[in-house]
Amino acid sequence: MYKDGKRRKGKMSKYIAIAGDQAAAEAMRQIEPDVVAAYPITPQTEIVMTFSQFVADGKVKTEMIPVESEHSAMSACVGSAAAGVRTMTATSANGLAFMWEIVYIAASTRLPIVMPVVNRALSAPINIHCDHSDTMGARDSGWLQIYSENAQEAYENIILAVKIAENENILLPIMVCQDGFITSHAVEKVEIFDDKKVKDFIGEYKPRQPLLDVDNPVTYGPLDLQDYYFEHKRQQSETIKNSLKVIPEVIAEFNKTFNRKCDLVEEYKLNDAEIAIVVLSSTAGTVKVAVDKLRERGIKAGLLMPRFFRPFPAARIVRSLRGKKAVCVLDRAESFSGHGGPLFNETRSAMYNQEDAPIIKNGIYGLGGRDIFVEDIERVFVDLINIAKTGKVKSLVDYIGVRQ
Amino acid sequence: MAVNLKELSKMPQRFCGGHRLCSGCGASIIVRQLLLGTQDPVVVVCATGCLEVATTIYPYTAWEVPFMHNAFENSASTISGIETAYRALKKKGKIKKNIKFLALGGDGGTYDIGFQALSGALERGHNFVYACYDNSAYMNTGIQRSGATPTGASTTTAPAGKASYGKPQRRKDLTAICAAHNIPYVAQASISHWKDLIEKSQKAFAVEGPAFINILSMCHRGWRFPQADTVKIAKLSVETCFWPIYEIENGEKLTINYKPKEKKPITEFLKAQGRFKHIFKPGNEEILKDIQAQVDHDWGLLLKKEECSK
Repeated sequence: MYKDGKRRKGKMSKYIAIAGDQAAAEAMRQIEPDVVAAYPITPQTEIVMTFSQFVADGKVKTEMIPVESEHSAMSACVGSAAAGVRTMTATSANGLAFMWEIVYIAASTRLPIVMPVVNRALSAPINIHCDHSDTMGARDSGWLQIYSENAQEAYENIILAVKIAENENILLPIMVCQDGFITSHAVEKVEIFDDKKVKDFIGEYKPRQPLLDVDNPVTYGPLDLQDYYFEHKRQQSETIKNSLKVIPEVIAEFNKTFNRKCDLVEEYKLNDAEIAIVVLSSTAGTVKVAVDKLRERGIKAGLLMPRFFRPFPAARIVRSLRGKKAVCVLDRAESFSGHGGPLFNETRSAMYNQEDAPIIKNGIYGLGGRDIFVEDIERVFVDLINIAKTGKVKSLVDYIGVRQ
Repeated sequence: MAVNLKELSKMPQRFCGGHRLCSGCGASIIVRQLLLGTQDPVVVVCATGCLEVATTIYPYTAWEVPFMHNAFENSASTISGIETAYRALKKKGKIKKNIKFLALGGDGGTYDIGFQALSGALERGHNFVYACYDNSAYMNTGIQRSGATPTGASTTTAPAGKASYGKPQRRKDLTAICAAHNIPYVAQASISHWKDLIEKSQKAFAVEGPAFINILSMCHRGWRFPQADTVKIAKLSVETCFWPIYEIENGEKLTINYKPKEKKPITEFLKAQGRFKHIFKPGNEEILKDIQAQVDHDWGLLLKKEECSK
């Protein structure tokens, strides 16, 4: 969306009808990483397939490593990024789970790998459809995480992610999440920026202390015991904290270059709202429709969609939700804490001790790809209206759209 | 590619002293001999294990070449990434030098947990050398059995006891498995035959594509022998044909690089090590016979393979 809210044909951009996976592959084509190491998994497979065809057709000069597992995909990415080149992969669900050990190593080695993740439920039972249990499980791995509402955002966020990941004050890997099938396999009109503009924006990758600089040998991944490990972890958390200052600067540059209005969080009719829903990714679109319907009836409903979940934009969320009467945070993942989902717990924790904090409850929905409808969202808002009136919460955590 | 001691002595030191491997450890000797195999710059990757933890205790490092440790099971996939990055930069003209790649792993990180990553990297044909320092158990975590532990050895997870003579199974023939990937170069080597090992390293670095070298690595802590006997034990492993030294070029030409004039009985190798002490107790004669029969069988098969490949 342009700043004035209108869509128009840019001089440099083109509009094509593609699905989210292909949009991710398009972004990768324009980024043209030096190395991509990847393994197929539904519903991410289309990204790897589409990109492999770009390589086969000579559209990119990327070296592909068709690894034998996701564990090796991330291991090869760690090697390649440490070697000193721009490196990408993509995965979903069990694939991400299989990478787990190396996911942490990538972040702690401060390697700016960008990884589109097509969100899918973790087994068991095996299920190939959307929920956020995969990336939510990786929320403490030290990676940054960006969530995308639609194919357009999935595309844009990947380009943005490269610039953020490689920023010398960040140097962290990033997962760019989109909803499995809902976004990855639904064809939408996507504005593709000009190739050169994207290349100019991300610039040439200049690695720090690359392994391949044989004249200045470095040791990566040493044994780090009681006397140093804690300091290194402390530095890592400081970097994540600082990234909240650096990311808005990169976003500003992105917005200026591509005429966008991307932000850490997206607000929809939230300013004067009394009740609000907080949700990630594609369900934000569904909530927007429900908000419009309620607004027609004079109900002041609004939406907050964090685009970034890592770093967690706590101050922005507080600013956005302060003064609201009642808020429901919707999680497409269970954390099995017995106390609500991850987005809920972090949002509620951010609001704790804040002045004018709203009553906050949780709705868990859509696990394993269960559809969520506008009517479901409207019911959540009706519940919030009652909470706002009475000040009472009947149940802290609701399960939406499930037989029970 | 003759190995000339005088020439070798002029090569720069790539792996320095001061590391914390045990005195008498086979691994550091292996690394030194391997690194003499090329004049080109080398990037080294090492799996989690004794060699890694003892040579890179932050803020120190024994490596005077670029070195990376990623995790336990992914030495081969990590070097796949590095070698591919090198090819990408080379293609773009951003790197002019010829760089060689060496991945290291113990038997745990190679035979067992890292086996899939190794097989994948060999199949994909990356241009690298993988060298396994096989000390035949998980020594870093305290002598647990692995797929490389020989029959009859007592380890902490397959210990000898009243109802057990140690590991009952055969060891995995990883060298043969790697050869089955039809890669340009596969070899077995021993530090006792250092000239042979360095020549094998030279060949491995020189071929285009993957090369695998399996090297028996003496561990006096796990094998229970006086630490001054490392090379003696290595020699016995070859003289008894427990660890034949041979190579397979281009997936077909098998050459046994050393044939003992008189094959020594396996008991000479076993007796020298405390890990086999229990099988010399009365009542275990059959086990000793079985172990000898196994060695004889494997050696006979290797001779036939060499004959066939002529």
